[in-house]
Amino acid sequence: MTDLPGFPSRRSFLKASAAGVAISGFALAATAQPAPPIQLDQYQPVFFTDAEWAFVLAATARLIPSDGDGPGAIEAGVPVFIDRELTGDFGTAVDWYMQGPHNAAADPLLGWQTPLTPAQIYREAIPAVNAWCEQTHGAIFADLAPDQQDTVLTAMQEGEVELAPEIRDFFKILLQNTKEGYFADPIYGGNAGMAAWAYIGFPGARAAYKEWVGRHNIAYPLGPVSISGDRA
Amino acid sequence: MARQEAKKDVVIVGLGWTGAIMGIELAQEGLEIVALERGHDQNTVPNFQYPNMIDELKYGVRLKMMQKPSQQTVTVRRNEGETALPYRSLGSFLPGNGVGGAGTHWNGLNWRPQAEEMRLRSYIAENWGEQIIPEDMTIGDYPVTYDELEPFFARFERVAGISGTAGNIKGELREGGNPFEGWRSEDYPMPAMPSTWDGVKFAEAAKAAGYHPFPSPGGIASRAYVNEYGMQMGPCNHCGFCERYGCFQYSKSSPQTAILDRLKQYPNFSYRTESEVLRVEMAADGKTATGVTYFDEKAGEEVFQPADIVILATYQLNNVHLMLLSGIGQPYDARTGEGVTGKNYGYQMNGGVTMFFKDEHFNPFIGTGANGFCIDDFGMNNIDYGAEGFIGGAYWRSGQTNGQPIRSMPLPSGTPTWGAGWKRAVGEWYGHAMSIGAHGSCMSYATNHLDLDPTYTDRHGRPLMRMTFNWNANDIRQTQFMKSKMEPLAQSMNPDLMQSSFKKEGAQYDVRPYQTTHNTGGHIMSATPDTGAVNRYSQAWDKHNVFALGAGNFVQNTQYNPTGLVGGLAYWTAHAIRTQYLSNPRPLV
Repeated sequence: MTDLPGFPSRRSFLKASAAGVAISGFALAATAQPAPPIQLDQYQPVFFTDAEWAFVLAATARLIPSDGDGPGAIEAGVPVFIDRELTGDFGTAVDWYMQGPHNAAADPLLGWQTPLTPAQIYREAIPAVNAWCEQTHGAIFADLAPDQQDTVLTAMQEGEVELAPEIRDFFKILLQNTKEGYFADPIYGGNAGMAAWAYIGFPGARAAYKEWVGRHNIAYPLGPVSISGDRA
Repeated sequence: MARQEAKKDVVIVGLGWTGAIMGIELAQEGLEIVALERGHDQNTVPNFQYPNMIDELKYGVRLKMMQKPSQQTVTVRRNEGETALPYRSLGSFLPGNGVGGAGTHWNGLNWRPQAEEMRLRSYIAENWGEQIIPEDMTIGDYPVTYDELEPFFARFERVAGISGTAGNIKGELREGGNPFEGWRSEDYPMPAMPSTWDGVKFAEAAKAAGYHPFPSPGGIASRAYVNEYGMQMGPCNHCGFCERYGCFQYSKSSPQTAILDRLKQYPNFSYRTESEVLRVEMAADGKTATGVTYFDEKAGEEVFQPADIVILATYQLNNVHLMLLSGIGQPYDARTGEGVTGKNYGYQMNGGVTMFFKDEHFNPFIGTGANGFCIDDFGMNNIDYGAEGFIGGAYWRSGQTNGQPIRSMPLPSGTPTWGAGWKRAVGEWYGHAMSIGAHGSCMSYATNHLDLDPTYTDRHGRPLMRMTFNWNANDIRQTQFMKSKMEPLAQSMNPDLMQSSFKKEGAQYDVRPYQTTHNTGGHIMSATPDTGAVNRYSQAWDKHNVFALGAGNFVQNTQYNPTGLVGGLAYWTAHAIRTQYLSNPRPLV
């Protein structure tokens, strides 16, 4: 295993690999061939630089931690999902109206007003947050202890980490993308092995419940399937 | 110089519900018709197929079936003093894109307005006196009555394949239906859909409280169905992917399932996609239109399409935009109250209660867009406006539409939004919550309107349309009233936890969270040319061969989802063109 700069916890990473093996073993028993789980330590980010990647690994690992029941963001492959999204239509805001003039400091209720795309916001905000961490805690985000990282994330959420208006929504976007990667279909690189769906009891792409409509107050028994036909 | 196409009898702008209805009705008259659709072509196969449609990220979150703001959007401000800014990414409302329009991705909830809503100003005057209507509230009577529209509501329901339980057939009340609805000439085409546990629990509690629950009416097939055009629907399997999605199994009513394949068989009908209409062209005398100019995306050029009749059948916002750009109706001026086009923009005032039951299983992924049970005990015709101090009403519904976990994850208030606490909570609470929604009215006001933006332009250089909209104290009183009635009912169900979400006094319009795609008004119907942009037949007062359809016609929004009224008005207008206009083209009023 290569060393990931600033990776918060080797323990959670080992746990992720173990989960991957367990999911593969189960799925092999089913008829569909599962897609091989993405190994985070072997993944080459398409969008993120090494420093950005270290930040995203560390931050998502705190936003959805590995401890307790259910997968964490790391086991789910959330960083891979975010990396891929930022090179696609979402990251480049291809569907959005991006013409100026821009008033990034407008009332937040008026929606997205920064001239930046989501990908540009990650690019500008990560160094800004790291600089704040160095100044306040003496190290970049990825090198802080988990409880310090939680303190920083809370400060970001509450607007105490001062960011320029153009990147002020960074925390909100990061958190939203983290949850998307946790719960989206595995074709997008996250929700590895559909473990997040299995954890909450969402059957994924089954999409056929006619005989279940009238079975009231009884837990649905079947596990999830994915768009590519895998089962978990 | 624009390329010119061969002249047609009729050009239809936009091929969603109203465009498809006008297309097939006028095709039966033998007219040469072309429909111009801004977006792409799409059909159940291949575009809505399983399993690719069952993709929350792509369609539910990234909104790939929707209008792209990069192509078309509006600017928004809350009042005259604010600088409007572009609605750059979609949030509050989601106009559709492509063939079928918003009719492909709706939830399917299909209602008729109440008779009282169609003559609201008179109804208030008769019962409480006009003096209870606030000065800035610009509500009126529709220049067409419920009784006149009834056959056309029934026609749309038969075409669209609506499931439900009638509550009032020719004045006779029916057990199990909505006793407060307007009269129906016949029952629904299909029986009501079965409900999931949440809807049944709500109905039981509502009945115990003395209310009158009935199954939600919806364009979701409860059994196999064939409509008058020979179009077939298959029974729904409650897949839980209605709103924001195309239906993969021909169960949700849409232009695709109800009309389009039949329409395409008419040799005198054709349609062109990636053809965005830029403006309606006028004859030298200014009294009629000569056709439309559109941008042909594939050829990369402007094209003039001459036609004798122009039907504006785009989404409400885009219809008003085209009219403002083309000089159809005098633009409305909010300072003077003069002018008609852009007047009476309306929306919807919604609220609700979420309840958590830790030991009960709701299986939220089992659902349809029109699932569950409703009550209309707090509807527009059941409220004493004089005593309560507001004008409005709401219908209530409980019935899960989906359990898609990125967006549909109700958690008890106070739950952390991330970290170990959030992760524990999604495991603990997913599938153990249900909600009741109040779908409420939003009146028309002098201050809520549409005009052209002075700063921002689209990719063709046309000014964007500017929306001026904010919540009004009257409608906030309406939703607070619903809160006061709904919380005790929810409490009677003994949830482990419950929480409310209703707008409070001083609430400002927020474009970010999804609220509803029930944008209405802007080219309202009127009895006289100085009070609205179109007459009772959706015919432009000042350009008799231009007809503007859809929710832009609404004098004020109703308390219901708009499609039933939109579909009914489209059949009403089609009938007027067929029986009155074609033989003698002229202003019909």
